[in-house]
Amino acid sequence: MSIRSASRWGLVAPRGGAANRHSPAPLIARFARNRLAVAGLVVVALFLFFCFVGPLLYSTDQIHTDLTQVNLHPSGAHWLGTDAVGHDELGRLMYGGKVSLLVGLAAGVLATVIGTLWGSIAGYAGGWVDAVMMRVVDAGIAIPALFILLVVSAITTPGVPGLIVILGLVSWLVPSRLVRAETLTLKRRDYVLTLRAIGGTHGRAIARHILPNSVSTIVVAATFQVADAILLVAYVSYLGLGVQPPSTDWGGMLSAGLTAAYSGRWWLIVPPGLAIILVVCAFNAIGDGLRDAFDVRGRG
Amino acid sequence: MNSILEIANLGVVFSTESGDVPAVRGVSLRVEPGETLALVGESGSGKSTVALAALGLLPGNARASGGVSVGGTDVVGASEAELARLRGRTASMVFQEPATALDPLTRIGKQIAEVVRNHRDVSRQEAAAEAVELLRRVGIPEPERRASAFPFQLSGGQRQRVVIAMAIANSPGLLVADEPTTALDVTVQAEILDLLRALAADSGTGVLLVTHNMGVVADFADRVAVMLEGEIVETGAVEDVLLRPTHEYTRRLLAAVPRLAVTGSGSGSGSGSVVGEEAEGAPVVELRDVSVQFGRGPRAVRALEKVSLTVRAGETVGLVGESGSGKSTAARVALGLVAPESGGVSLFGADLRKARGRARRALLAGVGVVLQDPVASLDARMSVAECVAEPLRVHRRGMGAVERRERVAEVLELVRLPRELARRGPRELSGGQRQRVSLARALVLEPRLLVADEPTSALDVSVQQTVLEVITELQAELGFACLFVSHDLAVVQQFAGRVVVMRGGRVEEQGPTMSTLLHPETAYTRRLIAAVPVPDPVLQRERRERRLALGTGAGA
Repeated sequence: MSIRSASRWGLVAPRGGAANRHSPAPLIARFARNRLAVAGLVVVALFLFFCFVGPLLYSTDQIHTDLTQVNLHPSGAHWLGTDAVGHDELGRLMYGGKVSLLVGLAAGVLATVIGTLWGSIAGYAGGWVDAVMMRVVDAGIAIPALFILLVVSAITTPGVPGLIVILGLVSWLVPSRLVRAETLTLKRRDYVLTLRAIGGTHGRAIARHILPNSVSTIVVAATFQVADAILLVAYVSYLGLGVQPPSTDWGGMLSAGLTAAYSGRWWLIVPPGLAIILVVCAFNAIGDGLRDAFDVRGRG
Repeated sequence: MNSILEIANLGVVFSTESGDVPAVRGVSLRVEPGETLALVGESGSGKSTVALAALGLLPGNARASGGVSVGGTDVVGASEAELARLRGRTASMVFQEPATALDPLTRIGKQIAEVVRNHRDVSRQEAAAEAVELLRRVGIPEPERRASAFPFQLSGGQRQRVVIAMAIANSPGLLVADEPTTALDVTVQAEILDLLRALAADSGTGVLLVTHNMGVVADFADRVAVMLEGEIVETGAVEDVLLRPTHEYTRRLLAAVPRLAVTGSGSGSGSGSVVGEEAEGAPVVELRDVSVQFGRGPRAVRALEKVSLTVRAGETVGLVGESGSGKSTAARVALGLVAPESGGVSLFGADLRKARGRARRALLAGVGVVLQDPVASLDARMSVAECVAEPLRVHRRGMGAVERRERVAEVLELVRLPRELARRGPRELSGGQRQRVSLARALVLEPRLLVADEPTSALDVSVQQTVLEVITELQAELGFACLFVSHDLAVVQQFAGRVVVMRGGRVEEQGPTMSTLLHPETAYTRRLIAAVPVPDPVLQRERRERRLALGTGAGA
């Protein structure tokens, strides 16, 4: 019975609380325990397969209109029927999904990258730099993102890269706040102080300690950003300001099918609507699961 | 006898993710009315678990077996309603942290009155009047006015007095106090212990005192139970256990407690030689009339006021003071982490404030730092090797990976850690091991100055002893100077050649440790030293009486 064995024993270890919070194996285990999050991951994987691999298995022409084949009911030849200009609806769902998912993922990541840089610099610098940078964020949050988005889309009629940039530029504000808050606490940690005291540079403190320790916050924020971006791009396209025909995305398909819905052609509106709902919910579920697994604060 | 608390063969098991963990096994003890039983042990020994079990406050994942009876009521099998009737009336609890034990948004008088009305059918006015009376009993000045104060308007010691007032509101037969003075400064601790002692003696309340501090035990307890790994290894009267321990663990625990030497035996020659040493080495770090202010305008806080101190090559200077005295700020000024508003700081003979870029980094390469919190000191994402190698990466950029690995292994061995630890993560280490990793990181560049801010305050005494031994040995071997910040006078006395006593941002007095701590010149230092409880009940009784006499004599 040595004194030191006491520390192995009893209630010493739980002091860390979230022991092994960042090591991957328990992280995956904790994530896997959240059924909804796993379901979300499966849904996202299925949609990615559907949109990017699907066209290879179910080949359709989404460029040329075929006015001999308009408004057909679902059948063996067209599993989900055709739309008002003769595009196969199932093929169109894959084609539009490509744009929705690509824009959503890219814009979400772009927003998170900008937000992370902005927030970590503001939080680490502190003082007036922080004050100025965060007032910029406050001002940005005060203007509804949708409003900016509509104005910009109306002026420029953007393509896919344009949409990504615009969406990224309107939605980095929330991640920047989250990362700033994280940086504020991390920069006062003893290991950062110790590094500063022996002459370590600010760059090293940010790169080696602060960003790696904010990874959980950043990843969770990114997931929610992707969900938001997919929804935003659907809004914009629904209002006819997104990608232009013959290209489309799920929001554009909804918009095109809206008039048809009154004449009972449900296949033009239910599939894209369901796809948007499923994917957005799936990303949110993944975000929740990651947040619980990482044990970080929420999205506010 | 009718014991107020009787615990028979108590066992507590926590169910965790990794299976069941037994925390307490076969613990039996009793507390008689009017007596104080101290439950002592190191962290993880299960002493707090026993205290919580006594009031049926164990968390949801704990299962208790055996018998716990408080004033004749069986606690282990009791329903929540029965327990609610018991708590606050028959038995009540004082927790460690007064800041979180009170509701920050409710006036203290109202909080106390609520406890009264929870258990007794009295009118609002009567309860309010009782609250004021209770505040008077726990020694809050102007209780009528203070009853309408919010907790944030009180000092830490006053808050703990309010917590005690709530605990004794319904004259309980049993008071369970879990580290009631650990979060407080020594002078405040002495006052709170005096208060608890007087209350227990007045009302015949039995006290179960949970603590790790042997000085507190000596000052307050009638009997002692020593816990190790969930079991009681020794029980007895306080004089027997502290002066004539029979169990081997108790003996080792007591041997590790740093003792404040309070008599001048053999120090006459010592102080002379220390003075001689002082004049020798060149100054390594020097603060001249340094003032520091946090914030601006009317809400600014003056943290340091014309502080001057010097650490010379090879010597250890102890920087002592109570919380808020500015001792940590002074250490941070010496490290260049806090810029002084006025005054000069020189490190290794160069002006730290004027040094920029490369020159500043070269200066700072000669400094090693160990801070208090073993958890926050190491980045949990890095391995031990990466943590220790960080200063090498900053200052020896040309060093190859193999050479670096070799240097890290060397330093780990220097602080008596096995080389194999290098690959592990900080979370896999105990508190003492982590602090030694911090020390290894501080020493990897062979610094000329080590700044240690409360390096052992979060550790158990036995672990503290090994860490202090390692520092002392390495200092003899490597010859670095040391600025040692601590609130613990006994540790500083053991460790430092010179001592600087700080109070309210000023240097109260400084000099060779032996003469300053044995024959202090200022009344404050005298009070500070008198307030430190020593782990010898006979000696402590004398000291207490002398301190009380001093307190009335000094007036303020």
